[in-house]
Order: sequence, then C-alpha cells, then structure tokens
Amino acid sequence: MSNPVFERIRRQIESDDVVLYMKGTPVFPQCGFSAGVVQVLSRLGVQFRSYNVLEDMELRQGLKEFANWPTFPQLYVKGELVGGFDIVREMYESGELQQLLREKGIAFSEAA
Amino acid sequence: MTEEGRGMAIAAELERRLQAAFAPVALDIRDDSERHRGHPGHREGGGTHFVVRIVSEAFRGLSRIERERRVMATVADLLEKPVHALQVIARTPEEVR
Repeated sequence: MSNPVFERIRRQIESDDVVLYMKGTPVFPQCGFSAGVVQVLSRLGVQFRSYNVLEDMELRQGLKEFANWPTFPQLYVKGELVGGFDIVREMYESGELQQLLREKGIAFSEAA
Repeated sequence: MTEEGRGMAIAAELERRLQAAFAPVALDIRDDSERHRGHPGHREGGGTHFVVRIVSEAFRGLSRIERERRVMATVADLLEKPVHALQVIARTPEEVR
C-alpha cells in the first residue's frame, strides 16, 4: 500500500457515505454503464459524490489496483466497493442494494 | 487448431479450473463471443468472451464483488482481455432455490 494515490482514494471513500467513480459526470455520463448506476442511485434518491476518472488518469489507474477491480464504474458504500453496473443493477432489482443501504444507515426513498 | 477448436478448448479449460476450485453444484459456460462482434478483443471463431453461471457453497458469505474476484483470479490468464471477456454470475445453492 505504498502507492500515494491509495491514500487519496481512502480519504475520498471515507469522506462520503456513497461514492461513485465513473466515466463522465452524473449530468453528462460518457459511458452507458456509468449512466446506469447514476440512474439507479437517482431512482433511490441516494445522495452520492462522484469523481470523473476520465479527467484523472492517476486516479483511474490507482483505483484499478486499489480495488483489485479492472473496470468502471465503481460504487463504494461506507468505504467498501459494492460493484459495477451489473452487480448494482442485480442488487437493486433483488432488493439487496436497498437492504445494504438500510444496514449502513444511508437515507434513500423506500418507495423506489 | 481450427478457430472453433480454440474456443472449445478454452471453454473446457475454464470448466476444469472452475470445477477444481469451487466444486460447483451447477456450472454453465457459454461462449458469448458472437454478441461482442466488432468489440475490442473479438476474433472470428469465438473463444474471446464467455458467460459463466456457477452455483457453489464456496460463495456463501461473500459479497458479489468478492465472488467475481475469486472466479476471475482462477481463470484470468486464460483470457486475452479479461476486463470484459468474462461475465460471472455466482450464486450459492440457497440463492437459486
């Protein structure tokens, strides 16, 4: 864990309950999978912080190693990687994502 | 080896490794390469993209991400571009009941 970018990542995922590393921004996503995760979070009314990995190559490379996960988006809840779009969508549809948010004490719209 | 033969050989090796590592109660490996025609890494004849459905007790108590990491780690060297080459659906027996 000597990579200095790991320290930055750790601070980011500890500063906000829900963090999304994505390609583009929530308003202008530049990848369908990133857009998909934004859509799930919006539907649930979850507040999240996003970082655009296309604007920060050091962060983009560092995250792949930090997470031992090669692709984006990456969704973190309370400092832990939940998954990319496939996992997030499946968990949303099965109710597991809502259960995780509940367990972690993160506000979301139960009606969604 | 023909191109078709190469795809089948990779699928057989995927199966052998996954059987050995996870002792699954169900395992289905599908060559999904055609659906990725035109995408990076696709080659004629298949063997570049796979969908793996695996049901095993070994996944009990593991997050989705951790299950995928373990499956990937078992087979990553078989895949030319492992990033998008393998879709993993990993469940415990209870979850598919």
